[in-house]
Amino acid sequence: MGWTRKDLLTMRDLEASEIVLLVDTAASLQEIAGREIKKVPALRGKTVVNLFYESSTRTRTSFEIAGKWLSADVINFSASGSSTSKGESFIDTAKNIAAMSPDVVVVRHSSAGAAELLARELPCSIVNAGDGAHEHPTQALLDLLTIREKKGHFEGLHVAIVGDIAHSRVARSNIHGMRKLGMTVTVAGPPTLIPPYVQELGAKVSYRLEDAIGDVDVIMMLRLQQERMTAGLIPSLREYSRYWGLTLDRLAKHARPDVLIMHPGPVNRGVELSPEVADGPYSLILDQVSRGVAVRMGVLLLLAGRKGGDGA
Amino acid sequence: MSRPAPRHREKAQVLDEVALDRALTRIAHEILERNGGAKDLAFVGLRTRGVTLAHRLSQKIAQIDGTTLPVGTLDITLYRDDLGMRGTPVIRGTDIPFSIKAKTVILVDDVLFTGRTIRAALDAIIDLGRPTAIQLACLIDRGHRELPIRPDYIGKNLPTSRRESVAVRLKEHDGEDRVVIEEPEEA
Repeated sequence: MGWTRKDLLTMRDLEASEIVLLVDTAASLQEIAGREIKKVPALRGKTVVNLFYESSTRTRTSFEIAGKWLSADVINFSASGSSTSKGESFIDTAKNIAAMSPDVVVVRHSSAGAAELLARELPCSIVNAGDGAHEHPTQALLDLLTIREKKGHFEGLHVAIVGDIAHSRVARSNIHGMRKLGMTVTVAGPPTLIPPYVQELGAKVSYRLEDAIGDVDVIMMLRLQQERMTAGLIPSLREYSRYWGLTLDRLAKHARPDVLIMHPGPVNRGVELSPEVADGPYSLILDQVSRGVAVRMGVLLLLAGRKGGDGA
Repeated sequence: MSRPAPRHREKAQVLDEVALDRALTRIAHEILERNGGAKDLAFVGLRTRGVTLAHRLSQKIAQIDGTTLPVGTLDITLYRDDLGMRGTPVIRGTDIPFSIKAKTVILVDDVLFTGRTIRAALDAIIDLGRPTAIQLACLIDRGHRELPIRPDYIGKNLPTSRRESVAVRLKEHDGEDRVVIEEPEEA
């Protein structure tokens, strides 16, 4: 057991033991958030670059806080206001940043495989903070940490992931992670938003919300991206909300009384989640965000602290 | 830990169960004597065996003085000066469920060696607040200090060579109370 990877690119690549190591490390680091002085010297002298080509609030901020709490120097790069707007290509920008010797580059990009490309090209550690509709491993890890804290274990839990599965990197990373940890996953959504390969990932499929949420420990609602409507994949937001929106009424009728509600954010209130559910007692949405910092601390620490890293 | 561990064999026993208990009893008395009682004292044990020893010292002081002192757990992994040299850092968490402000913190470790762990622990404690004072208790002082650190309470001074190691075995972890010197097995 141990962490030997240079990069964190996908949940698909990870062994169950590596996922557990990441979750355990994050769980132990959570205590720092409650301290008066939220800083430990573990990554002193290390540099973390956030390379974000897509907008992000939670992920970028939490990587930044995580790096700072561990005493790393954190530099934020966003595509707007950079040489990208002067026409510099992704890989050229990345190579220029790498020439400044960062230890870890955290990358978000709208193209699947962007992080993997950097991992091949650059000598530093790469963290995938979301690449297109491919993967978003740190989101899956923070979801897993949140679930384990509430339920105490992974094995045997049943999770329903509801909404736009086809375009969701969060769904994909979670399905990979949860299946490796012995959990059952049911995905549910309108047929146009369920990709044909989900069964190959080991997930069950349901086309009715009422059926999907009936016997699960956790319901994970996904954000419906409004562009899906203009693309003709759903007829209207109102119809989507009517069939797929999670309301108190639906929960009371169909779900277990102790079911937990998760959402990776940002929430479309009144579309996939009614406000009463989003703010309700079973909602873990803000717990997820707090765990996000701990997970990103864990990831940075394991990548930068691995043996044969730059040493101390 | 991925550090290759050479096989060790026992060379000599340093403390048996009775002697170990006696040493802890003496340290408990010394703590009370030096601090004029148990007022505003708190224990912080270093993972893993320092925590166990801290709990035992706290029990001894409760027996002698009737005061139950709080015991916290410190994991100094995040403060080490050799991150990246030892393989995967294993974080097991710090848990100090009381304020150390205006307390005299007695730091407890099983074996004092180079002093680097204690250096890290001092930084870690000070990051949690400003104690009145920090004192250091350790069951075995085996010498070879690399930093100017000196314990306040010592169970036993034990001259060792660097190639030897000192194993503190405690019932809670190892099923027995014993301290032994080990040396690497010849190939």
